[in-house]
Amino acid sequence: MNIYVLMKRTFDTEEKITISGGKINEDGAEFIINPYDEYAIEEAIQVRDEHGGEVTVVSVGTEEAEKQLRTALAMGADKAVLINTEDDVEEGDQFTTSKILAEFLKDKEVDLIIGGNVAIDGGSGQVGPRVAELLAIPYITTITKLDIEGTTATVVRDVEGDSEVIETSLPLLVTAQQGLNEPRYPSLPGIMKAKKKPLDEIELDDLDLDEDDVEAKTKTIEISLPPKKEAGKVLEGELEGQVKELVSLLHNEAKVV
Amino acid sequence: MARKVLVLGEVREGSLRNVSFEAVAAAKTSAEGGEVVGVLFGDSVSALGAEFIQYGADRVVTVEDELLKQYTSDGYSQALLAVIDQEDPEGIIFGHTAQGKDLAPKIAAKLESGLISDVTDLEVEGGNLVFTRPIYSGKAFEKKIVTDGLLFATIRPNNIAPLEKDESRNGDVSSLSVEIKNLRQVIKEVVRKATEGVDLSEAKVIVAGGRGVKSEEGFEPLKELADVLGGAVGASRGACDADYCDYSLQIGQTGKVVTPDLYIACGISGAIQHLAGMSNSKIIVAINKDPEANIFKVADYGIVGDLFEVLPLLTKEFKELLVNA
Repeated sequence: MNIYVLMKRTFDTEEKITISGGKINEDGAEFIINPYDEYAIEEAIQVRDEHGGEVTVVSVGTEEAEKQLRTALAMGADKAVLINTEDDVEEGDQFTTSKILAEFLKDKEVDLIIGGNVAIDGGSGQVGPRVAELLAIPYITTITKLDIEGTTATVVRDVEGDSEVIETSLPLLVTAQQGLNEPRYPSLPGIMKAKKKPLDEIELDDLDLDEDDVEAKTKTIEISLPPKKEAGKVLEGELEGQVKELVSLLHNEAKVV
Repeated sequence: MARKVLVLGEVREGSLRNVSFEAVAAAKTSAEGGEVVGVLFGDSVSALGAEFIQYGADRVVTVEDELLKQYTSDGYSQALLAVIDQEDPEGIIFGHTAQGKDLAPKIAAKLESGLISDVTDLEVEGGNLVFTRPIYSGKAFEKKIVTDGLLFATIRPNNIAPLEKDESRNGDVSSLSVEIKNLRQVIKEVVRKATEGVDLSEAKVIVAGGRGVKSEEGFEPLKELADVLGGAVGASRGACDADYCDYSLQIGQTGKVVTPDLYIACGISGAIQHLAGMSNSKIIVAINKDPEANIFKVADYGIVGDLFEVLPLLTKEFKELLVNA
């Protein structure tokens, strides 16, 4: 089976967010594999181990994503591809990323594509469905279970807490929701092996794309931090008095009840 | 610039979801004086058209088919593309719900357009329609504009106020005949877990429990309070990991992002991943035994104490308040 994983390198949101020069300050920040993409990598490895085939992890980004791609290889993926857009794309959006990925994937004879359902930095969750549409293959988002038999896939999709059991067919794109699996940590032998696994780097040129083909359809004009919250009020006194005061505050001051 | 904007309404258990009325309000702002057309899909949805109009849609187009009774990306995109073909709109607003998140990117890709997801506010600023959306799990916000193609947006439930319902408003509800076929996804079964009680993503009040709840039974006092306030029960990852409740209740960076008017955190320490899912709530109340708990840093009001003592008192007090109100 020919399996592709769409991976994004993301800012670890445990980091404190600061803004400088109108942008999120990335100096000294920790970068990780987007947590939902870790589920995708794990699932791809498990499907390969059960059905045979090859797992290729692909990322659109800059040279710096090599580190996260190596981690994916150390987890057990077979190959990695970095589509380096550093020189070509200044301000991309989801249109940009999905067009590049679809162009890369269109002649790869894919059976299965797995991505995270959302990236924790941008948080839009668009790229998976967009890529599937551009490749004209079915997709199911936010899945918590995947079973493949022949060319039939049975998937459990999380729908705001409810579960739908959906039958569909390969080639297929799915996006991972928490609960799909428990991503493994790279083992030491895995890390050693990863150093020898292929990590190819390509650019838009190699995909016969130029900047205009992938020009963003939306633009960010301002980034800001949420208004600082004033320190809250911790109530004091007898518990019953505190409860009465709280109810009164919520009713009369905050007016939320 | 006046533009025609479609709003895809969402039907659940035979009624329009609240987020659809909020989406009409967002469409009205986006239309800048142009027409707002409500769109409804299902096996029998025409009767809901009147209410859609009372909330601000100028008219409604429905596509009715047995195959649209349940959402599938193929079925709904066939129906929506047919409506787009008929109406030739300049914008489309969806709810940022399981359905909207799934469908909107497909349609945007098909029409080679951008899409601004998870919008919490929009306004016209200096001739531009400017959308505000949270990034980095709500730790920052960005303002975005559309530079090319159609104007697509999904709006986060509970953030954009719906217009006041006007029962005197009338409009045309027409149906469009579309052949829905070759669906590549077949829904075999739906397992309902979350729909008991109030929908977490649309709840105005959420009572959430963490490890401090200690057991499955420990959620009972939270449920009682939520019932009295017409709210929903949520949980931290800690409570889900400990098997006190189902993962469908989880609020946080993994799990749901919620923005209710009132969030009551019970026995939740306030790990940063949890805060990412609820810190944009309007009012946060923390109840925790540990006065040093991180949750107090984001809380508007806090009670240091045992939730099993505090909650029954709180429930009783609210009951009295609401009976007298």
